[in-house]
Amino acid sequence: MLVHIIPDLLSVKTRELFLKNKAAELDREMGLIRTQEETGRHVRMLTHEIRSTLDRHTILKTTLVELGRTLGLEECALWMPTRSGLELQLSYTLRHQNPVGFTVPIQLPVINQVFNTSRAVKISPNSPVARLRPVGKYMPGEVVAVRVPLLHLNNFQIHDWPELSTKRYALMVLMLPSDSARQWHVHELELVEVVADQVAVALSHAAILEESMRARDLLMEQNVALDLARREAETAVQTELMPEQRLMVETILKSSNLLATLINDVLDLSRLKMALNLIKPIASVKRLYVTLSMSPDLPEYSVGDEKRLMQVLLNVVGNAVKFTKEGGISIAAFVAKSDSLRDPEPLNFFPIPSDNHFYLRIEVKDTGSGINPQDIPKLFMKFVQSQPLAAKNSGGSGLGLAICKRFVNLMEGHIWIESEGLGRGATAIFIVKLGIPGRLNESKLQFVHKVPGNQVKPNFSGLKVVVMDDNSVGRMVTKGLLVHLGCDVLAVASGEDCVRAVSQEHKVVFLDVSIPGVDSFEVAVRIHEKFSKRPDRPIIVALTGNTDRTTKENCLRVGMKGVILKPVSLDKMRNVLSDLLEHGYLSESQ
Amino acid sequence: MEVDQLQRSFLEYTNSLFRFLDGQFGQLQLLQDESNPEFVFEVVSLFFEDSERILNDLTLALDQQNVDFKKIDAHVHQFKGSSSSIGAQRVRNACIAFRNFCEGQNVEACRRCLQQVKQEYLLVKTKLEALLRLEQQILAAGGVIPMLDS
Repeated sequence: MLVHIIPDLLSVKTRELFLKNKAAELDREMGLIRTQEETGRHVRMLTHEIRSTLDRHTILKTTLVELGRTLGLEECALWMPTRSGLELQLSYTLRHQNPVGFTVPIQLPVINQVFNTSRAVKISPNSPVARLRPVGKYMPGEVVAVRVPLLHLNNFQIHDWPELSTKRYALMVLMLPSDSARQWHVHELELVEVVADQVAVALSHAAILEESMRARDLLMEQNVALDLARREAETAVQTELMPEQRLMVETILKSSNLLATLINDVLDLSRLKMALNLIKPIASVKRLYVTLSMSPDLPEYSVGDEKRLMQVLLNVVGNAVKFTKEGGISIAAFVAKSDSLRDPEPLNFFPIPSDNHFYLRIEVKDTGSGINPQDIPKLFMKFVQSQPLAAKNSGGSGLGLAICKRFVNLMEGHIWIESEGLGRGATAIFIVKLGIPGRLNESKLQFVHKVPGNQVKPNFSGLKVVVMDDNSVGRMVTKGLLVHLGCDVLAVASGEDCVRAVSQEHKVVFLDVSIPGVDSFEVAVRIHEKFSKRPDRPIIVALTGNTDRTTKENCLRVGMKGVILKPVSLDKMRNVLSDLLEHGYLSESQ
Repeated sequence: MEVDQLQRSFLEYTNSLFRFLDGQFGQLQLLQDESNPEFVFEVVSLFFEDSERILNDLTLALDQQNVDFKKIDAHVHQFKGSSSSIGAQRVRNACIAFRNFCEGQNVEACRRCLQQVKQEYLLVKTKLEALLRLEQQILAAGGVIPMLDS
């Protein structure tokens, strides 16, 4: 009987053993798979940590810490190439905060071996780059090393990376714990390689950011210095200078390109057509039409700064062409009338042509991509480019329209853009003041020829004016402006005081018409009544915070000669007084 | 400190204030000259005085049983005007919002607006005081106050 049982028992036992071994093997494999999964998770976490910062120091420290944790390392270190490229310097380690700057020559065979492959390489714990722990009685753990490509900015082409475009590497060294009999597993080596690549990318991002911040700081510094120089030059021009000094200062102003002086000479308006000849070829390449219509009542010749006018026109038309893909550009030039009350942007002054001047109005309408009305105010600011406009081919730095605005302001005009929205095209409109030749009085013309490139400096010294504003700060500012321009200013706070104080010596009265509960228009009427018989009664000009049509109409109705939008700038005030002078309302001061 | 350095700091500080002070403040700097050497200081001081008075009046007015919205609107209009004259754009914008709520006659909203306006005022006040201090330093070191971009 037993003889039969034993073989059966044996085979059962064998099978049992076989199954046990199999189970143990499966357990091991399960363990491995779990480890790999975890490792995968670790890699993702690690990558996220590394890529979440743009600070190179943090990137490297985080890498070492996380790797150490994930792989249970005894030590992890990073050697960076020195500036000369001849040595590697120990830059970061896991265990020491500030490692002493050990260096090794970069041409060591072990280093070359690691740098020549993108794989993680097992190296001897005795090699110079691996001697990171104090030598003890213990068996050092296994060490691997992997290269970390350091990308140069100008080599940052993804399709070439990392093989061809870079020759600089850092060296990452990882040590398993000593006396652990642990060995590097394949999946651990793979993890190390992946991490090394991620670190390379993160470092390159950090480098680019550093570079661009340096460039930005430099630009800001230059901007500040240029501003300072420009302001000093401007102040200098306003004072008495020797001719050579003046020339030097004006050269600075011109070359700084932020301020322009006007050269008023004969301007041939038919040259507008010629300017377009520069644009037509470009437009025709894009198959856009360009039309120009010049109103018959435009004078053939006028007096103004032709070069600057052309620059503005070309800039505006150029923009129109740039942002239009189909259709075309229509340009219209005509004499501006004072029915520009319908314009959204008020002028300081009604464009009343006089015997000596007229206002040229040019409208450039395009069928292009249009502009979001909210973005329109930003267009004229320096260096600001809103997203949809900064399209692929925008080579400009955003200065164009800001400079146009400057020139147009110097020509005592206004420039603005209207658009119904994106995709609805846009119209750029500018109005500038030009002189009528032959009608300018002799003294002005002579003045212009004698000192070319210099603005006519009006003389307001001693001009007696009254300012009425119930706001103490506003009153002080307006008074300050006028005093600075040389006027003799009487400032009052109420309509009553104003009517009482105005005398026949006062030439201009500035009335704030935006005071709630006060009818400044009535004040104006009463002032006119006070001097009704006098031919040289004071001129009344309105100061207001609102620019609506009703306000303007009311001002006109009571005989005010102008409307100024608060807050008032020095240039604006000067222009207003000059205009009053030129319109013959004021005589040159005694 | 060197005059150059002070002037540079001044310009940099001013440039950093662009959110609080707009081009109008630059205009005020232009008006300061030998015949009017303390102009900016005077205007800013007047602004502080005026603003503090208005803020007090507004607080009182909003504390009343029956709130007089017309009076409040008049005060806010004043504040809007003076902050606009000095270039304190954030204060001005807060005033504009305030006036809208006045029209709606909403007491709670107005109280919130008042807080907002007060906050903006205090912010710009700190900036202006710092700026004035820098100006004093430049003058004391024998330099000239650099002008701002208008």
